[in-house]
Amino acid sequence: MNLNNFTAVAHDDERLAPLRAEVRRFLAEERAAGAFTRATGWDHWDPEFSRKVGAKGWIGMTWPRRYGGQARSSLERFVVTEELLAAGAPVRAHWMADRQLGPLLLSVGTEQQKDTYLPRIARGEIFFCYGLSEPDSGSDLASIRTAGTKVDGGWAIIGRKVWVGYAHRAHMMNLFARTSPRSDEDRHGGVTQFIVDLKTPGITVRPIVNLAGEHDFNEIVFDDAFVPDDLVIGTVGNGWKQVTGELAHERSGPERWLNTFSLLVHLVDRVAQHPNERDLEKIGRLVSQLWTLRQMSFSIATLLEQGGTPNLEAALIKDLGTLYDQEVPAVARQIVSEEVRAGLSEEDYLGELLDRALYYSPSYTIRGGTKEIIRGVIAKGLGLR
Amino acid sequence: MNETQRILLETANRLLGDLCTRPVGDAAEQGAWPADLWRRLEETGFTNAARSTARGGESGDIGDMYLLVKAAGAHAAPVPLAETLLAEQMLAAAGLQAADGPATIGPVLRADRMTLARRGGRLSLSGVARRVPWARHARTLVLLAEDRGTTVTVRVEQVPVEAQGWNQAREPRDTVRFDGTEISADAIGNGFDFDELYRRGALCRTAAMAGALEKVLALTLRYAGERVQFGRPIGKFQAVQQQIAVLATHVAASNAAANAAIAAHAGGDGAFQIAAAKTRVGQAAGVAAGIAHQVHGAIGFTHEHELHRSTRRLWAWRDEFGSEVEWASWVGQTVAKIGGEVLWPFLTGRSAGAAADVPGAER
Repeated sequence: MNLNNFTAVAHDDERLAPLRAEVRRFLAEERAAGAFTRATGWDHWDPEFSRKVGAKGWIGMTWPRRYGGQARSSLERFVVTEELLAAGAPVRAHWMADRQLGPLLLSVGTEQQKDTYLPRIARGEIFFCYGLSEPDSGSDLASIRTAGTKVDGGWAIIGRKVWVGYAHRAHMMNLFARTSPRSDEDRHGGVTQFIVDLKTPGITVRPIVNLAGEHDFNEIVFDDAFVPDDLVIGTVGNGWKQVTGELAHERSGPERWLNTFSLLVHLVDRVAQHPNERDLEKIGRLVSQLWTLRQMSFSIATLLEQGGTPNLEAALIKDLGTLYDQEVPAVARQIVSEEVRAGLSEEDYLGELLDRALYYSPSYTIRGGTKEIIRGVIAKGLGLR
Repeated sequence: MNETQRILLETANRLLGDLCTRPVGDAAEQGAWPADLWRRLEETGFTNAARSTARGGESGDIGDMYLLVKAAGAHAAPVPLAETLLAEQMLAAAGLQAADGPATIGPVLRADRMTLARRGGRLSLSGVARRVPWARHARTLVLLAEDRGTTVTVRVEQVPVEAQGWNQAREPRDTVRFDGTEISADAIGNGFDFDELYRRGALCRTAAMAGALEKVLALTLRYAGERVQFGRPIGKFQAVQQQIAVLATHVAASNAAANAAIAAHAGGDGAFQIAAAKTRVGQAAGVAAGIAHQVHGAIGFTHEHELHRSTRRLWAWRDEFGSEVEWASWVGQTVAKIGGEVLWPFLTGRSAGAAADVPGAER
């Protein structure tokens, strides 16, 4: 076990630098045109903006050209992603398909699935959500009960999914369902991934409003919804292995430590205008952590590009990154006192950013693997389990 | 790390592992000079790692130097290796003759100032430098002194230790005093300013802490596998596993921060990276030492157990050449100066620290 794999120092070579500059130009123009502001954040559904990103070739950019990709490297994708997220550009609509479904289809999908979905995903025309958790299955994902029963020409789905982000806006879902009973010998066997068109009869989408008063989650009820055979992803019964193969991508990216960046930007400006030793130190600690996280994340993107599967390293980043994203609002409230807040101008959305970061902060260490599950993964990597 | 560095690290780990024994460490903490350890480090060329070929060394590669400082940190080597290497950097920059034997540097505190006076053709040095590492054992002391409004590097062969002191790891930290000591003209040159010395000192402590943190994790993993309570090794308990996982995240972050700062420094800059890394690794030091001791329980609190040799060094080194409080303020001031909207271009810029690279940085 080696914790010193973080050796690739973040550095833009002649390939990355012009790409970064191009993304910045695009974002500056879009911001100037009023397409987005820092107030909403990257976790915001905006099909029109996703189509623009697709037109630039920045969705599915690592995929082969014949499927609508640009055959770019994962480091190039890293650069584009961190630029979009740091700017607070609304990229949520294409996010899940770009990060997870596309690579999954490329590795286990059929030719027909790849031809049908990948080019449309890359153009920002078709959006996916993920159906994993259920009312009785969260961290223990293998315990899901939503079932697919074999019927003529396909599968009949019965069950319930919860915490499905943006199911009310997405076209399609990557559904994780049990297709044979759970056995004690093979706890992780018998689950299958399906592509599900959310307009299929028998599917009901109900909103779950979160503590911020916003509707991003949904509950999905499947009441005998039919999924044709050709929309099974990969191998029947092999869903668990397929889903865990993408963990290094899912856990090590900049979305694990850039959720609060817009708040930090405004906080730096606030402290710059009203400098004092105490607040400067607080800002300095946050920036030092952020700089370190970026070094780690960049290192892992380099390892991924070289074909590695740094799952342990990715778990380390997820734990540190999500804790950092929780620390930013915790520090911000020490700087933005009630007194300060009362004095903010109408145009200054520092207070709004703080509220949002605070409201969403509990979710960071829950989604994508709870802090406890992630630390279990690390402990396993250390040989303790 | 390239192949040469891998071999260098292996050699260093073997040698230091053999020589940095508990009796050697204990004797050093009582004031003895570990002559045998130092002689072996000299024989392998480690003490000359900062010396360029032109100055009689083998490479003078900055990456090699910090690799050794980190290894010495991991093995809690009770010798002024980092200080000797820093001294050579200062001497080389000032074009002064290389030092033989253990050397050290000063001043190490922002408040301490040495001054050089000129009367006729005579040069004399005055001032007090406190907390100078290993001064009582150093054959050469390389000092920065003020000379008619500029900073000069002064090479001193007789080290006038006024008072002996210790850091929390019981490494010597002494006071040296000069009262008009005569200095020969060929022992003076133009080199570093104080900020440069302070920054390089901070980088040495950062690298050493990264090494000590790896050691602390290794000791903790070993103990959690050996110690049986309630019929199981304590490492099988989730509560303990979760704590050790947190420790590992801080070790990994420290490695990443130290590596990036060393690389930036080798690339000719690194002011921001060193500040951010000293802050981050200093933060990790406290968390990691706390978890390691908690997992070790009472045995880790004894003198007999080796854990404290690493944890007391972490506690000491995080404060030397600027604690995380001091460096975090520096980072805060730097980013406040450039402003929020420039923060991202700054962090992703060529050097994350060369203000000149950042548009609008001087506003």
